Amino acid sequence: MTLTQWMPFIVLMPLILSGVSALLPGKTAPWLLAFATATASTILAALVWLGLGPEPMRYAFGNWAPPMGIEYRVDHANALVALIVSGIASLALLWGKRSADQEIPERQGIFYALFLLALAGLLGITLTGDAFNVFVFLEISSLSTYALVAYGQDRRGLLAAFRYLIMGTIGATFILIGIGFLYMMTGTLNMADLAERIPAVADTNAVRAGFAFIIVGLGLKLALLPLHLWLPNAYAFAPNVITVFLAGTATKVALYVMLRFIYTIFGGDYSFGALPLADIMMVLAVAGMVVGSWVAMFEPNLKRMMAYSSVAQVGYLVLGVALVSIIGLTATFVHLFNHALMKAGLFMALGTVMYRTGSARIEAFYGVGRQMPWTMTAFALLGLSLIGVPATAGFVSKWYLIWGALDAGQVWLVVLILITSLMAVVYIWRVIEAAWFQAPRDQQSPVAEAPKALLIPLWLMVALNIYFGLDTRLSLGAAEQAAQVLLGGF
Amino acid sequence: MAWGIAMSDNKILRIVARFLIPLIMLFALYIQFHGEYSPGGGFQAGVVFAAAWILFVLIFGLDLGLEVIPERAMFVLMVLGVMLYCAVGLLNVAQGGLFLDFSTLLADPKAAQQAGIITVELGIGITVATVVMLIFTMFARRKREQDGTDEDAP
Amino acid sequence: MTVILSYFNYWVVVLLMMIGFYGVIAHGNMDKKLMSLGLFQTSVFIMFISAGKVIGGATPILRDGVALHSNPLPHVLILTAIVVGVATTAVGLALAVRIQEAYGTIEDDLIGDPSHEPEEP
Repeated sequence: MTLTQWMPFIVLMPLILSGVSALLPGKTAPWLLAFATATASTILAALVWLGLGPEPMRYAFGNWAPPMGIEYRVDHANALVALIVSGIASLALLWGKRSADQEIPERQGIFYALFLLALAGLLGITLTGDAFNVFVFLEISSLSTYALVAYGQDRRGLLAAFRYLIMGTIGATFILIGIGFLYMMTGTLNMADLAERIPAVADTNAVRAGFAFIIVGLGLKLALLPLHLWLPNAYAFAPNVITVFLAGTATKVALYVMLRFIYTIFGGDYSFGALPLADIMMVLAVAGMVVGSWVAMFEPNLKRMMAYSSVAQVGYLVLGVALVSIIGLTATFVHLFNHALMKAGLFMALGTVMYRTGSARIEAFYGVGRQMPWTMTAFALLGLSLIGVPATAGFVSKWYLIWGALDAGQVWLVVLILITSLMAVVYIWRVIEAAWFQAPRDQQSPVAEAPKALLIPLWLMVALNIYFGLDTRLSLGAAEQAAQVLLGGF
Repeated sequence: MAWGIAMSDNKILRIVARFLIPLIMLFALYIQFHGEYSPGGGFQAGVVFAAAWILFVLIFGLDLGLEVIPERAMFVLMVLGVMLYCAVGLLNVAQGGLFLDFSTLLADPKAAQQAGIITVELGIGITVATVVMLIFTMFARRKREQDGTDEDAP
Repeated sequence: MTVILSYFNYWVVVLLMMIGFYGVIAHGNMDKKLMSLGLFQTSVFIMFISAGKVIGGATPILRDGVALHSNPLPHVLILTAIVVGVATTAVGLALAVRIQEAYGTIEDDLIGDPSHEPEEP
């Protein structure tokens, strides 16, 4: 079998094996299956990414030739996103065994089945070349995510999941409406086909309305500022392993789909030229950066704090898009990659402390620095990466973002990026200060350092963050390739 | 579950249901296996089949319904239905075709398409029927589980 | 008048969509929210189905003497979307049941209100 024939198995493996996982008893067997599956998907995604030529890799399901059948169409942009998603999933699982055992005392077969379904959904969104298929996979991943968020011990997780369900469904339905408009106007659902036929009907209200519905729907999934309300609580009250997984993947995939629609299907000229998308995105991105960082500075629950920080980071990602340049788009892809690494790592660090203290409130972190030095050192290093200190992955993304802003002649954006980075210093410092400079509360019993099963994956994330801060050839090269592919169309 | 007991006491309901349930099931099977000639298929058949079982439970009570098909069996069948679907796809891959390319199954491409779609739809039918039954069961017994009340309590 | 009549189905879609969307936002009761969400989704289904109708076209089944068929693809798409809708409703109701157990109410306003907290077992 050729690599092209193996390619759909990136999605098929988690999809099929989720059923097997649902039947497995106990805790270890389903975890082992989920971890093996995610790792296999990662390896396959890496092979596909390495094996890509200048032409996209295409696979028609059931041998029904597109545009009749559904095809998977992989180029450098979505291969990179698939690699990030599956890679973060395997790292989250590698770390999450002990944490999940503590938080989910009962049988875990269904839990890991849902995890694999969510993974398959996210990977399916990434690889598919069919607009309706995007909606279907979006709902597969979203529905399993709602259930996963509700899996936690905290009853507020139920409310968070319900709110997420309502908003997520509205977003998905908006996307469905948009796809419906496009289908009515063009008679096709295949992305490449849509891209060919849209210019002929581009100047109609139906296509404009479809575009608007799709962008707003994806904005909801992406947690772009005014539509971010579901995110903080969903992240804060989900089981830690799920938070790690979601923080690294869910919003990234939504952003990728948005880019696919903006650049490939509608074309950059239409999205940014005929419609004022860049201005709208710029305002929302800046607002997201400032508001997200601002709220994070005062949030007493550290998981919620990190979630608000994610809202700010989505702002950075969208800012890169709004600059409408190859540098800006490269910055977006670099940040997509780096942010997945650092935010997953930071949530791992928080989860590792929570494994011992059982609480994410800042009071629970008083004095933890001396009791869990390895964990908190990892947190500090990952925090530096989030701030964007040189020699960490975060620096590379900020550097490119600032370069893109200067290139566009918008100095005020540079100032804003620096200000929000300073705000990141403040909220990371709050945790450091609590952990090292506050005496533990009296009623708090001292905690021991976390087990190695949690520490080793955590430090692996630290190592990755520093590695990709020093050696940028891999991440930057991949990001540039992805940006070029998107700007070049199909 | 007061409603289960009350409804099975009603002679009209009981007799009409006994008459209707086999017909509904037969109709489901018709939709299932005639799906490649006329409107129909696994989704619709599965839901209709599950409706027959749900009618049975509404009249005769959940406990009797679960004796017909235990919850664990539903769960396993749900997964097996999906597995049947995937197995056909994987078989096609093993025979050198693309995933779900039925024409590899038999020598005659038309017969192969037919065989493939019937098998796949059977898988869908099993899964949809059991999923609908499972959703119903879980909602129905949730209250009892939480209150810890017994079936026969008034 | 012709504008209303010739686009009648789309007016219905818009009307249903707005009723559903308003309900999702305005209702505090989670069951009602889910019902409104269902209405909202259904309106989109009708939109798709309308788009598939070919005037004068028969049901899309291959048989003798019929040349013009309606487009079956939107029906298939909507079948999938209906299944998604059913799954969403099921997950939403399951969450509502568990919220009722954990908080003693599914009214948004009353959640966290001590008078509705479930008594400790």
